[in-house]
Amino acid sequence: MRVQPGRTASRGRAASSWIVSAAGRFAVFVLVFLVLGALWEGYRWLWMNRGWTVPFEASERTMPHLHDIVAQLFREWPAEGPVLGSTLLDAALFTAKEAVVGFAIGASVGFALGAVIAHFRVLQRGVMPYVVASQTIPILAIAPMVVIGLGSLTVLGHGPLPDWLRVSVIAAYLTFFPVTINTVRGLQSADPLALELMHSYAAGRWRVLWKLRLPTSLPYLFTAFKIAATASVVGAIVGELPSSIQSGLGGAILNFNQYYSAEPKNLWATNIVAAALGISFFLVIVLAEKIVVHRAPERLV
Amino acid sequence: MNADSVVSAKEVSKVFGKGGVVALQGIDLDVTRGEFVSLIGPSGCGKSTLLRVVGDITEPTSGDVTVNGKRARKAREDRDYGIVFQAPVLFDWRTVAKNIALPLEMQRWDRGRRQARVAEMVELVELTGFEKHYPWQLSGGMQQRVSIARALAFAPPLLLMDEPFGALDEMTRERLNLELLRIWAETGSTVIFVTHSISEAVFLSTRVAVMSPRPGRISALVEIDLPQPRTAETREHPRFFELVTEVREALHATGADQVEELLAAEGVE
Repeated sequence: MRVQPGRTASRGRAASSWIVSAAGRFAVFVLVFLVLGALWEGYRWLWMNRGWTVPFEASERTMPHLHDIVAQLFREWPAEGPVLGSTLLDAALFTAKEAVVGFAIGASVGFALGAVIAHFRVLQRGVMPYVVASQTIPILAIAPMVVIGLGSLTVLGHGPLPDWLRVSVIAAYLTFFPVTINTVRGLQSADPLALELMHSYAAGRWRVLWKLRLPTSLPYLFTAFKIAATASVVGAIVGELPSSIQSGLGGAILNFNQYYSAEPKNLWATNIVAAALGISFFLVIVLAEKIVVHRAPERLV
Repeated sequence: MNADSVVSAKEVSKVFGKGGVVALQGIDLDVTRGEFVSLIGPSGCGKSTLLRVVGDITEPTSGDVTVNGKRARKAREDRDYGIVFQAPVLFDWRTVAKNIALPLEMQRWDRGRRQARVAEMVELVELTGFEKHYPWQLSGGMQQRVSIARALAFAPPLLLMDEPFGALDEMTRERLNLELLRIWAETGSTVIFVTHSISEAVFLSTRVAVMSPRPGRISALVEIDLPQPRTAETREHPRFFELVTEVREALHATGADQVEELLAAEGVE
């Protein structure tokens, strides 16, 4: 008894249902955006009109109009200078460079560490506490040491690391943790029967790792990468503060913080740009996952 | 041991844990080339353990297992057998074709040879047109056929099957029984088949080994002298019923409590 595959038909149906679900997701995204905007503006309007102060006061300073914040991106700042949006775009690109390198370092180190821990089970109890402890220390307590410590580092006669690269190291510090945790979990999640199958093929450790454990761990890894991607942006922004780097979003945030009472919209605009940067990092990982991982659709997170 | 011996187990015992459960005790089993031997018995009789000992997935506590005249370990390293589990155990990031190609990749066959062999296997298990599908796009029965094709891909002289159709519905199961017999006849391989089902064991096998639990032993060997090739009509042959009865009585004779459960699950009696 033969079953004929209805390939073209099911593909066509799959494609059209994908478009429908994508459109649906976009509609929800827009709807949520509108609701959040309405809440912001509604709160501002009500609290300013009634003079309410609980839980917090609404004023031009605490809650500028959303459209004013967006408009601020197109105003020159400082006067006669470039528009704020273009300054922030440069800052975002600078921070993005730090974050990308930090993500790359953190993800590689995190994966390598996780792979070693997964491989030698003894290490799980011995090393894991240190990995966890590393994350309980606030990044601001470590940043100065990294910045000053690496400032004097020379490798093969090549001078101190550039400032931005030291920030990347801080971003990497925030990035490696979720990757390590999920690598350990992912590499150990192979189906015991699948391991027996590989055993029946007399497969060595490396082939089992490459053909079975690594593919099995991919969904875990991508979940970690999504967390790590946004963490790397936060790490880069925070890392800029103790390094006195002015060219990135961290520098911009510090600067606009100091002048907040004079021009609150600048800080809000910077926050929007920083959020957009984090979201775009996240989306890059989602896209990479779609390309790399071929799983049952319901298993994709 | 003659030259046609594929599997020879001598005095095989397996104890799990320190002073723990005796899964197998004093097992002697000889399987010759081209045989189809079923292991049947209630849960806990060690039939799966015996299969895993033959495949060197589990080591026996004592006794010797020879596969193709070699120690079981050497036979595994030489890839002398293919294995099929109750679950299909397909890699869901691989297409049907890539899943079947897995053992060939492990043996470093080159691409051209691999593709030709996979095409042959896909035809053998009648999945033409599904090569590029992913496992989750297939029904349970189709997934198990992929698993069988994968086990047969490098033409192993021995096929070990651990309740391969146990999770499938009765209709699919009967169809795959017929397919398996066709494949067995076409490839001339030797099969050791673990099952819970008396009728399945009788229908498929040339010989049925009835096992009893605590400790796991082979309590009877029943020759199945039904004519080959077997067809759907074989199940209505009077001799088929006689043999089913014979195996059932052998199971009863084991005195195991679970035999009643087993028979109830079978829908007989």
